[in-house]
Amino acid sequence: MDQFLINLLNGLSSGLLLFMLSSGLTLIFSMMGVLNFAHASFYMLGAFVAYTLSQWLGFWPALLLAPLVVGVVGAGFERFALRRVHKFGPVPELLITFGLSYVMLELVQLIWGRTAVPFGPPAALQGSAFTLVQSAANGLSLVLGDAPAQLCAAAMCSKFPLTRAFVMLVSLLMLVALWALLTRTRVGLVIQAALTHPEMVEALGHNVPAVMMLVFGSGCALAALAGVIGGITFVTEPSMAVIVGSIIFVVVVVGGVGSLAGAFVGSILIGLLQTLPLTVDGSLASWLTGLGVKVSEQTFGYPILKLSLVQVTPILPYLLMVLILIFRPKGLLGTRED
Amino acid sequence: MSHIRARSAHFHFKPYNVGRWFLWGLYALVLVVAPLLWTSGLAQTMLTQIGIGIIACLAYNLLLGQGGMLSFGHAVYSGLGAYLAIHTLNLVSSGQLPLPVSLVPLVGGLAGLAFAALFGFVSTKKAGTPFAMITLGLGELIWSMSLMLPEFFGGEGGISGNRVVGPPVLGISFGPQIQVYYLIAVYCFICTAALFALTRTPLGRMLNAVRDNPERVEFVGYDTRWVRFLAFMISGFFAGIAGGLAALNFEIVTAEVVGAARSGAYLLFTFLGGATFFFGPILGAVLMVVALVLLSELTKAWLLYLGLVFLFMVMYAPGGFSSLIMMNLRVAAYGRLRKLWTSYLALFGTGLTMLAGAAVMIEMLYFLQLDAAMGGEMRLLGVSLNTAGVDAWAGAAFVLLVGAGLFELTRRQFKLEWDEAQEQIEKEIKRKEETL
Repeated sequence: MDQFLINLLNGLSSGLLLFMLSSGLTLIFSMMGVLNFAHASFYMLGAFVAYTLSQWLGFWPALLLAPLVVGVVGAGFERFALRRVHKFGPVPELLITFGLSYVMLELVQLIWGRTAVPFGPPAALQGSAFTLVQSAANGLSLVLGDAPAQLCAAAMCSKFPLTRAFVMLVSLLMLVALWALLTRTRVGLVIQAALTHPEMVEALGHNVPAVMMLVFGSGCALAALAGVIGGITFVTEPSMAVIVGSIIFVVVVVGGVGSLAGAFVGSILIGLLQTLPLTVDGSLASWLTGLGVKVSEQTFGYPILKLSLVQVTPILPYLLMVLILIFRPKGLLGTRED
Repeated sequence: MSHIRARSAHFHFKPYNVGRWFLWGLYALVLVVAPLLWTSGLAQTMLTQIGIGIIACLAYNLLLGQGGMLSFGHAVYSGLGAYLAIHTLNLVSSGQLPLPVSLVPLVGGLAGLAFAALFGFVSTKKAGTPFAMITLGLGELIWSMSLMLPEFFGGEGGISGNRVVGPPVLGISFGPQIQVYYLIAVYCFICTAALFALTRTPLGRMLNAVRDNPERVEFVGYDTRWVRFLAFMISGFFAGIAGGLAALNFEIVTAEVVGAARSGAYLLFTFLGGATFFFGPILGAVLMVVALVLLSELTKAWLLYLGLVFLFMVMYAPGGFSSLIMMNLRVAAYGRLRKLWTSYLALFGTGLTMLAGAAVMIEMLYFLQLDAAMGGEMRLLGVSLNTAGVDAWAGAAFVLLVGAGLFELTRRQFKLEWDEAQEQIEKEIKRKEETL
């Protein structure tokens, strides 16, 4: 039970981290019609830039500055490369971000090397946020911070790392800030209007290309922010872009292309789907045996039946995507039919 | 969908298309003669891979160029085709299946077709960007599954086989590389011809229409999804053949054949070769093998160069190398290349200078990153450079800056001349049309 709770929280935190990525992706897509293939590369770049900045300035300034730096890089890419191919149509736009993902991966490897860099959480974020103590005598109890060692010697302790809690805090803050920006400010209103009626907004005297540059830059900055906190929670290495890269596309398809609320639901769903099965130890074979069906190595499809749920976890998001596409092609909360 | 087509009543004279017969004859001749001219082992391996690459890239371009569908997971079909081909080959060599080895690639093709039908049913529900995302997800799905099912995918070591089965038929055992090459060349020619013929069929034309204006196609009464689905299956079939040939050629199939890197390579090189012309992917396949085999030996930074070339190609010549060739052929046909060649010379000269400066800096950075432990001296194209000192860096930066400055100047001049030549040609064409 305690491990299940911890896993639930872990799933929520990785889901929220995914949302920080997929929200930027969705905003950029619904506004400019561009799927930013290099979005996960900006996530990776954010982590590496923050690593370098944190060596000079410390972690907290780096947390603020790295997204800004990456945001400027993203805006520059939009201004000088993406805008140039906009007239060629959607496929070249997708292709240029695809090419950018190659170049960025190579450049990061050129500057920071091919292996992981030692980018750990600052002292304030080390340790556990709280510990769930499951003891035979007192049942389930919660201890803030690390539980004393003698307590854990007598009972089952499940720790929830502070970095994970920090991920949740930052992404929730960002969620609120994004919502407030989009609905409560003038810029947000212009962005919302430009999502659906760019010509009209332009006719009213707003600079839509500049707004697009802003949106692209902010999307990249959000990805970089996710990269900084993802970098201290997981490992900061060049392959971190590939790891989340395809998952965020799955999130967007599952939630509904172009829907911010859908991206949120999709992120949480995928985050849970990636972590919750880890607690269950079982396979189709053991399940069938439980139902009274005899399963042995001679049974048809035994290689598939014997796979445990833990082994199958990496493909669950993709299977979910396929199911969604078959039964609800526009995504959970999507509105676009195409 | 039955259509009654009004036949034109009057006789229409259709001249024998000499140019086309000439080009196809030349293509066949190159396929036949190439391994006789380049007889070294490396050259023959490369030629074999080029033959396979041509089929794969042409199959990919059926989606990208003809159908406007950007797939990020096309290695799935060539890869699964390769796996089923090697399993079939193993069945054949164990005597369980009486099938000539030369037909094993067809099994790969049928596997590609079957999987394309299965996955295409899901992915072709969407077009454009969502299609791209779905193919990426499906590619990841298969890639993750390849790690989970070692019984089929062979785990880390892959599945190996032996293409020499039974006694030689007519002296052909497929043992020597040259025999495999000619098998691949035959497949390559037939597949190229079949894919070209497809572009002339109503289906091929409808596919172009679906790419250009899907809404209108729906109004005309066609189901765009069905057209996309058919094209997807055909493309999967040919990709599967390419995979089956690769399985025969390498006699081993590892999980990386379904990986994202392979899919990315198909996309990258098909685009670089040129998606807008039929022969573009053939160029792309040649580039692919040259880059993967030769360039990756030459420099560790080859992916960076490749990515940069790709970026600039998307930005400045979205038709790829084939469109550059065709544009210059048009200029030459109107006799205007004479005026441009000095500018070309200047462009190449300054571009090369810029490239040299940039390449030296990139190579030195890579050297510092990877082999700095072996001392500060590195050798690049026979020149010794001291990466620890300032001299080499300052020199490279100077070359780069001078090259870039001069390149920009000549580029502006070239653009003026190029635009003028194009304008003249347009005028010429219009004048000819009016006199007709």
